[in-house]
Amino acid sequence: MSEHVHTEKCNTLLGDLSDYIDGNLQAEICAQIEEHMKTCDNCRVVVNTLRKTVELYEHCNDNVELSGDVKERLFAKLDLKDYLPSPNITDANK
Amino acid sequence: MKIGNFLEGKNIQVSERDESDFLTALKQGDRQAFARLVDETSTQIYRTARQILGDEQDAEDVLQETYMKALKALPTFEGRSSLSTWLHRIAVNEALMLIRKRKTPMVSVDDTQPFDSEEESTGMEIVDFCCLPENELLTSESRKFMDDAIQRLPENLKTVFVLRDLEGMSIQETSEVMQITENNVKTRLLRARLRLRQELAEYYAEKVEKEKSK
Ligand SMILES: [Zn+2]
Repeated sequence: MSEHVHTEKCNTLLGDLSDYIDGNLQAEICAQIEEHMKTCDNCRVVVNTLRKTVELYEHCNDNVELSGDVKERLFAKLDLKDYLPSPNITDANK
Repeated sequence: MKIGNFLEGKNIQVSERDESDFLTALKQGDRQAFARLVDETSTQIYRTARQILGDEQDAEDVLQETYMKALKALPTFEGRSSLSTWLHRIAVNEALMLIRKRKTPMVSVDDTQPFDSEEESTGMEIVDFCCLPENELLTSESRKFMDDAIQRLPENLKTVFVLRDLEGMSIQETSEVMQITENNVKTRLLRARLRLRQELAEYYAEKVEKEKSK
């Protein structure tokens, strides 16, 4: 484990990294980042792990589901009980 | 009119005519239309509240409050943003209000300052955890750690991260929900991502060492 030795260049690039991993950056700046990463291992690791972080968090929502109970209480609260979709139908739609 | 947005990805084809009929029905207080809106959007709204609040009971309270408010406000809904964006805005405001009511003061970072790369890169952990196998990266323990790490973010960074990276909203939609500029969204998003990356790098460091010595 080593501390990031950051040069001026590394710092300038840092501000663009979000846009870079989202693919929202001008080609010119992308090329600069890619060129820099060829020679700077630290920045390469930061970019790759930043991208990986966002990817891993995409799985984070998998666990959070609206349970049937919560939904039922919501429909009851809104006085919409008559319109509560039956659980079978909801499952079939998934 | 962008009201169809919330149906996207649900394989439901709606014509513009249907959409405008749907909105008219909603605004006139049609119960069936409202039930459909709740049915189609409540999972997203619940998830958003749950990720911002980190608590299921609080998330359920916010969920209910969001639709109670929406029901009252629908007749005046102007359609400047999509229904989904509008509902998220109500939910985010409710969630932040609830946090303010909690005993612990709300943590916020000053973002009137431009992004300071010097400050953000100080003490940055260089651990290449990309090399870890997927089953090591996504254990139930690490998922728990990731969840908790979100809760450690200051509220203004967390909210942007939840909307953009967990709910998959665009930068523009996120800025509409938060009522801040797109540049401000981008700055907060980068800060949030860097902080989480840092937390994960520290968390996975030990596993990476083990993997190397294999
Ligand atoms: Zn560098």
